Amino acid sequence: MTERPGSLHATALSRTYAGVRALEGVTITVRRHEVIGLIGPNGAGKSTLVNLLSGFDFPTSGSVMLEGFDITTWSAHRRVRSGLVRTFQHGHAFPGLTARENIEVAALGTGAARGVAARRATELLELMGLADHSNAEAATLPHGDERLLGVARALATMPKFVLLDEPAAGLNEDEISAFADIIKLVRDERNAGILLIEHNVPLVLGVCDRIHVLDQGETLAEGSPTEIRNHPAVADAYLGATAG
Amino acid sequence: MRYVQYFIDAVALGSLYSLVALGIGLIFGVMRLINLAQGELLMVGGYTLFATNGWSVFVRVPLVLLVIVGLALLMERAFRRLRSAAPATMLVMTFAVSFLLRSIAQKRWSAQGKSMNIFSGLSHAFTVGQLRIRYVTLVSIAVGGVLLLGVNLFLNRTDIGLQMRAVASDRRIAQALGVRTNRVVVTAFALSGVLATAALLLFVPQRPTVTPDFGLQIAIVALIGVVVGGMDRLAPATFGGFSIGFANSMVFSLLPTGQRVFLDSVLYGLVIIVLLLRPQGLFQRERQTTRV
Repeated sequence: MTERPGSLHATALSRTYAGVRALEGVTITVRRHEVIGLIGPNGAGKSTLVNLLSGFDFPTSGSVMLEGFDITTWSAHRRVRSGLVRTFQHGHAFPGLTARENIEVAALGTGAARGVAARRATELLELMGLADHSNAEAATLPHGDERLLGVARALATMPKFVLLDEPAAGLNEDEISAFADIIKLVRDERNAGILLIEHNVPLVLGVCDRIHVLDQGETLAEGSPTEIRNHPAVADAYLGATAG
Repeated sequence: MRYVQYFIDAVALGSLYSLVALGIGLIFGVMRLINLAQGELLMVGGYTLFATNGWSVFVRVPLVLLVIVGLALLMERAFRRLRSAAPATMLVMTFAVSFLLRSIAQKRWSAQGKSMNIFSGLSHAFTVGQLRIRYVTLVSIAVGGVLLLGVNLFLNRTDIGLQMRAVASDRRIAQALGVRTNRVVVTAFALSGVLATAALLLFVPQRPTVTPDFGLQIAIVALIGVVVGGMDRLAPATFGGFSIGFANSMVFSLLPTGQRVFLDSVLYGLVIIVLLLRPQGLFQRERQTTRV
């Protein structure tokens, strides 16, 4: 890498809800030009972590730094304008807007002019394989397409860091391998850092540079795909149960 | 021919109520707020007309527009702090604003009607065959049509319109994606002020006097129309407003003169039947839930 990449860095993040610890002292770094997988069983704290990183929730203790700035208390939209965006488990596309409008509105939100927003939408619809649906209302899209639209919408904000919350659920084998290419493309061509929460183990192992495993709100393991695959505790907690 | 006459009159009244309904629907869309004080925009505008009786229309119309839009923006400021409050809290707040404004009007101008007196020429009629058409009827239909089309273009063709639809669709997500919600909400209130101004000016020929309850009576009917149409989407809400105005005029015309005191009974009887049969709204698609 020629340039020194910035990073999204969380230190000792904890979140307690009414006495219940959802996340406990998690430290994680996502660098630009890197895909980090975030895996763990249900209830491990993955969604809590994404919420804390994206400004949808705030930590009880710990801090979040974005390229050197302390953004721990920043609102979600301020983070988006600074280049940190997330997607949502269920897509959460705007149902009454067309696929194209969903993407345009995200571009407009980060200050793009109308023409720029329209061009970005065209590119992203093409990239996601949604070009045939550009004028379909988002509410009418199949579930898998709605999630891809959610990813396209996030990319329309021209992010430096993208948090993808189970983007491949509902996609078939072929679509998943196409999606893996998209993730690599976003990393390589847009030089973005990606945090990928995903239950699809082959996808995670195939596309991620490093993997972070959460279990019961704490970091269980961290390492390369090979290291994680051979990690005994991870197999017990997660991989064994899911991948068989 | 008699029925054609009824029909034209009904379309005109429907247009007026659709403007008020659209104003209510716009605010509900971006804020999930039923603004019970919407009618007071018309009422305050009405007293502005009364206070400026005799002035040139070229001063009065911009002035009324300014007063109504200004009041709408003040309401937005008042409601802004409550945006994350429970819906019932916001509803009570709008009711309080409505009550406050009506009380002030009553204190200042008494409950006695005051003449608004603008565009008196619009009450005149011309005849086509057996049809007797008042100018205001045609102007109402034309202005209603132009404004509905204009708002539609605004929502679909402009940046802020697109963002407004996104906010109406899912405010939290829109905000998280960087959409400036405040700007969108302010625009929605300003727009509903413009619609209220148009509705007021067109109501004057048939309701020439303003009382403290002038706006409430109109807004309640429009609100019922919005609910009947289906308030989760703008088009059904607007069409619901149109329908209630249309039905109001039709039932009035069809009832024998001596029976017209039963207008409200018949009308709201119909409303109850519609709501029992289609609680999601008359023009709402099946299974369409809380989405605009």
